[in-house]
Amino acid sequence: MSGVRVLVGTRKGAFVLTADGKRDRWDVSGPFFGGWELYHLKGSPADPNRIYASQSSGWFGQMIQRSTDGGKTWEPVGNNFVYDGVPGTHQWYDGTPHPWEFKRVWHLEPSLTDPDTVYAGVEDAALFRTTDGGQTWSEMPGLRGHGSGPNWAPGAGGLCLHTILLDPSDPQRMFIAISAAGAFRSDNGGITWKPINRGLHSQYIPNPTAEVGHCVHRLAMHRSRPSTLFMQKHWDVLRTDDAGDQWTEVSGNLPTDFGFVIDVHAHEPETIYVVPIKSDSEHYPMDGALRVYRSRSGGNEWEALTKGLPQQNCYVNVLRDAMSIDSLDKCGVYFGTTGGQVYASADGGDSWNAIVQNLPPVVSVEVQTLS
Amino acid sequence: MIRVVLPAHLRTLARVGNEELQVQLAGPPTLGGVLDAIEASYPVLRGTIRDYGTEKRRPFVRFFACEQDLSHEAPNTPLPDAVINGKEPFLVVGATAGG
Repeated sequence: MSGVRVLVGTRKGAFVLTADGKRDRWDVSGPFFGGWELYHLKGSPADPNRIYASQSSGWFGQMIQRSTDGGKTWEPVGNNFVYDGVPGTHQWYDGTPHPWEFKRVWHLEPSLTDPDTVYAGVEDAALFRTTDGGQTWSEMPGLRGHGSGPNWAPGAGGLCLHTILLDPSDPQRMFIAISAAGAFRSDNGGITWKPINRGLHSQYIPNPTAEVGHCVHRLAMHRSRPSTLFMQKHWDVLRTDDAGDQWTEVSGNLPTDFGFVIDVHAHEPETIYVVPIKSDSEHYPMDGALRVYRSRSGGNEWEALTKGLPQQNCYVNVLRDAMSIDSLDKCGVYFGTTGGQVYASADGGDSWNAIVQNLPPVVSVEVQTLS
Repeated sequence: MIRVVLPAHLRTLARVGNEELQVQLAGPPTLGGVLDAIEASYPVLRGTIRDYGTEKRRPFVRFFACEQDLSHEAPNTPLPDAVINGKEPFLVVGATAGG
């Protein structure tokens, strides 16, 4: 019997939601790590019962937790994240050099093939890797060493590396994104990196077409077409079909193209989802109506999905790591809000239900499809 | 043995319930010595009280003992006699912050 497991990170703990393949009755367990911020949890594609979680606190710093039984029990593993060599400086909000300082892990991306190998995107922006199941972490210094690092500057949420995409067809190729530096690609397993921001236009930076400095919010990929990426930028939704060498805006008829999440249908590589947010100064949906927008054409033509979603007096946000897709047939789509709801659609977005409500503000949602 | 009281989140991490800890110091009874002993006995707490590399106290953690604030003292500062002889605990406190 197939089923799904939804891993929810919130400002005050983690929750694990499970259902069978019908996805109409849900079991909620948690909170795990109550009182701590859980920026992200993600399971290993190679061993779904192996799950990693980023647990952090303004008081007590960073912890990494690991489960080997699908999230029932957890054990702390290594939490020592030290930048390689002399860390140097990046740009601070006032334009002055600021020393690189580790603050937290935003995103954990387990290897597609090895449960013991995990990539971690951290603030201040850098990429770390473990190959021993999280016991020890080492920086992959080629990213910060790309040369533009001293010019990277934080967005309002911090200088965070929030997106890591692994190419299933080429183990040497990976993509990352940093707010507010932009997107980068490595073609040699993370040794060296190149910025891939051509085609982005950001009016809020001095040079709107600069090589780096763009506030990329999220990237998404369909595993069957790893050279096609979709991007939700601070403003603008874009796509590339050449692994980031050139981006094209596909915001089309979206009512606003500001937002955080973007994801791709499990079985239709040209069907994508975003949640438009009114503006960068009003982090809530337009008109108090929570609407997912779906494009079946890879962008430009969008339709509003509203059935089952609140259409009045709704002023929540949907943060960048808070949308996920299962691979059942029909494809399930999930997202969490800062109001503590997790919405699910078991029909590709046509209709929605709140599968849990009144959690702490949701930071991340990841779904595992279980066989 | 030095008695140590941890904040709730660190007791959870250390899996000690609501209990005080008792730690044996390897060297002189100093502020740095008791922190070393806590981390040696409970390695999971490394990085939660003070920074890994610099060993600086994390900003929202405080050290109290015998109604004294030891938070800003140097690592080689001797612990109060009442802590050394076990009459009083050494307190690790999560600073009041937030709203």
